[in-house]
Amino acid sequence: MTMIKAKHQRLVLILIALAALVGAVLLAAWALRNQASYFYLPSDMAAHPSSPDREVRLGGMVERGSMHNEADGVTVRFVVTDGKARVPVRFSGIRPALFVEGSGVVAEGKSSPDGTFLADNLLAKHDERYVPRELKDMTAQQARQAVAATK
Amino acid sequence: MLAELGLAALWLAAALAGLQLIAGALALVSFNKGVGDGGTLAGIVRPVAVVQGLLAACALIALMGLFAQTDLSVKLVVENSHSAKPMIYKLAGTWGNHEGSMLLWVTVMGLAGGFVALVERRLPEPTMLATLAGQAFVSLGFYGFLLIASNPFARMSPVPAEGQGLNPLLQDPGLAFHPPTLYLGYVGLSIAFSFAIGALVTREVGPAFARAMRPWVLGAWVFLTLGITAGSYWAYYDLGWGGWWFWDPVENASLMPWLAATALLHSCGVLAARNALRAWTIMLGVIAFSMSMIGTFLVRSGILTSVHAFAVDPRRGSFILMLLAINIGSALVLFALRAGTVTEGERFAVTSREGALVFNNVMLSSILGIVLIGTLYPLVTEAFGQKVSVGPPYFNPMASLFFVPMVLVLMVGPLLRWRRDKLIRVRSLLLPGLVIGLAAAGLALWLGVKGLPYIGLVLAPAIAVASLMPLKGRNLRRLPLPVAGMVIAHFGVAVALFGMACDSAFSTEKLIAAHVGEVVAVGPWHVTLAGVEPVAGANWTALEAQLRVRYQDGDVFAMTPQARSFWAPQQNTTVSALHTRWNGQLYTVLGEQADGGRWQLRLWWKPFVPMIWLGGALIGLGGALALLGRLLADLKRIVVRDKIAYRRMRQGR
Amino acid sequence: MTGPEANPAEPDLRVARWAMWLPLGLFLSFVLLVVGGLLRPADHDVPSRMIGQPLPQFALRAAVPDRPGLARADLATGKPHLLNIFASWCIPCAVESPQIDALAGQGAEIDGIAIRDHSDDLAAYLARNGNPYSRIGADDVSAVQLAIGSSGVPETFVIDGKGVIRYQHIGDIRAEEIPAILAKLREAS
Repeated sequence: MTMIKAKHQRLVLILIALAALVGAVLLAAWALRNQASYFYLPSDMAAHPSSPDREVRLGGMVERGSMHNEADGVTVRFVVTDGKARVPVRFSGIRPALFVEGSGVVAEGKSSPDGTFLADNLLAKHDERYVPRELKDMTAQQARQAVAATK
Repeated sequence: MLAELGLAALWLAAALAGLQLIAGALALVSFNKGVGDGGTLAGIVRPVAVVQGLLAACALIALMGLFAQTDLSVKLVVENSHSAKPMIYKLAGTWGNHEGSMLLWVTVMGLAGGFVALVERRLPEPTMLATLAGQAFVSLGFYGFLLIASNPFARMSPVPAEGQGLNPLLQDPGLAFHPPTLYLGYVGLSIAFSFAIGALVTREVGPAFARAMRPWVLGAWVFLTLGITAGSYWAYYDLGWGGWWFWDPVENASLMPWLAATALLHSCGVLAARNALRAWTIMLGVIAFSMSMIGTFLVRSGILTSVHAFAVDPRRGSFILMLLAINIGSALVLFALRAGTVTEGERFAVTSREGALVFNNVMLSSILGIVLIGTLYPLVTEAFGQKVSVGPPYFNPMASLFFVPMVLVLMVGPLLRWRRDKLIRVRSLLLPGLVIGLAAAGLALWLGVKGLPYIGLVLAPAIAVASLMPLKGRNLRRLPLPVAGMVIAHFGVAVALFGMACDSAFSTEKLIAAHVGEVVAVGPWHVTLAGVEPVAGANWTALEAQLRVRYQDGDVFAMTPQARSFWAPQQNTTVSALHTRWNGQLYTVLGEQADGGRWQLRLWWKPFVPMIWLGGALIGLGGALALLGRLLADLKRIVVRDKIAYRRMRQGR
Repeated sequence: MTGPEANPAEPDLRVARWAMWLPLGLFLSFVLLVVGGLLRPADHDVPSRMIGQPLPQFALRAAVPDRPGLARADLATGKPHLLNIFASWCIPCAVESPQIDALAGQGAEIDGIAIRDHSDDLAAYLARNGNPYSRIGADDVSAVQLAIGSSGVPETFVIDGKGVIRYQHIGDIRAEEIPAILAKLREAS
């Protein structure tokens, strides 16, 4: 191994740092395009179903009267709606305490080929102060429809 | 009365910080012009720094006194305390809120600055003046913030009958001491930042600068390590999700300064020992402090959503952002103007200790970039109207991509000589690690582990063995403490990595609705649901599951996970129950009642998972030992210097 | 790792100079990004989703013997009402009670919903802190509370004469907030 020339050492270090920086940015950009989990409203989901191998978030209101427990005691099925479209969801696990019919919910998981959304995790906050950031931008119109639909 | 005293002390401290900045800057100008030694102005900077720190401490003590007496005429006390709180939480309440935490920050920063002013004599006087002026500049921002936007001593009228801070969720030893630990880390980095500014202003970037800065970086790094480790365990225990790291914005906010501090620590070593990586170390000093401010900003402004509940206030967020922009922006302008003129460091070959450390730095910086980009990406897409969240599927592989080469070099780096070396020379020391790694690779393959956990299981034993190799041929009794610290910290990396890999590879989970009396098998455990009983606490009621758990054919233990409902504020939480053995942890969570009188149970058997935090503690211990070693050496040097001065004085007489 | 010997300083310096400004550029783009994020409307000024919504149907039994229970029809009487969500176990509710009394003294009609409470505890609480309520319904499972979009105690709603929610006050009402509540009540009539 040769010693780096004094005059070049700084340049070499800068170039290494730049290469690492650019490399990290490019890699991150590439990975984020594939791995970031996108947020869907039920109507988005109906228009452009997400691919089954991709983790996404689905947010909306739990439709009243749609919640059904399965026989195993830990699986629940319900319908998430935004007033325009309805997406059936299946979730196995311990439900968050504030998860009730008519509440807002964000389900994390994947679509299955039969159109049911398989959730690994539920984030439920019924109160508008805790509206998931993503749901915040539902326009007032959309929100009214959603609430009306869950009546 | 106490509130007025505290406020007066705070104003005085702020005024002295202003004086410190002006006097330091003027003295520096006169130094540069070559007219004298800066004169009286230079003489006052050090004492002013000491008094400034003491006054800030007075203000903090006054605030703690107000909290201790629960003085309800002070707004901050009303909002964050209650006369019925235990004393320890009253005192912790002092810094459990925004204003108090800022005061704690500025106090520790002032005291640290005063300490530097008292003891640091290695650096040339102009560099010292610039450092203290820089420190005063950063402090002034915080003083301004406190006095203008969030006065902790503001009175309230009429005086309410009782305080509002009886939130039981906040009465938790973890919450009382976790934030100050991280804050101490941040403050240490702010001192390192001041040193970097001082060195940049006078272009005196050299080993003396690195040695002066190193204890502060080490101390900050130890606190950050412990803070992150404790925070991770708290999330693991408290959230009841069985996970220990969620790549959540709040967690990333504490990880990013740690990554930068780790890089800084290593480059500081190169600069101290070999006078190389000069501009680079300065840059890292600036980045490390920027990351701690950016972290504070992201957490406090609520600009990113998080699973951890946190008091957020967007207006305060914009104030922190302003401070951040002024401090970091001006430091970076200074860097851009000056760094090009800092003279070149010593040369080194690619295969050398320096080379390995440069690699470590580049990899750590890349991980930092990956984490920062991932954390901010939701903001970027939101600007274009697209909502996303970024989670483990992004962070895990991307961070590993840089982490794996870094730890491979970690196995070799400490064995290499400074300046230039050959891999052939250390091959016999590398062999044990390689052999163990290959054996682990075979074993893990046989166990059917795949993906990232496989890489972790192969690397962890190899690093564990390789990290001990620098001890070979050394007399352990006379081992310098910093070397011992390095070995322990590197070994801790292996331990933590092993815990993480085992958790991902071997955890078994069981989600079931069980009848009372039913026996559930999870891994080697048999869990019996003996009953579910209602229990009550001060302001909550809970359902408590009585579990009888047995490891294989061993003894029976009782475990009692709860589903709790709090009254005020109304809130439901699950309280998990853990049982720890030497080879892992059983983690149990109680859910709701299901149809047919059954109860939802979620059970995990997590082999070797406590090693994650044990490793974190070892890393912190290594840092603490290294710090102790450096401080003892410094102390010895100061004593010797004083002796020489004393002899000279006597001879002169 | 060797470069051309001829005039090596030139590109060296230029790249170095350029690179030194790069961190500042990156930092400025970060600041721009988060300023953009801060300027976008944030969570804290999102109005309640229930505002403008009619109350759901409900009928709650009486929580204490000396006051009638509360049903939706009691709140749609043509007159605006204040609906106070409280409980005897809630400390901020006790702190708030003088303000509720003051509101009643200024002519507001106040109904209460007691959350997960016991009749004895509640009677003791009302004896201690005063009872300005016309009716008090007992909501033992927080059903009505959740349905009207309240997550904690105390909260206070302004209901107009048709039973439509006009305003939601979250947390205890401070003395200085009484005029604002009265103004909301006037707006609703």
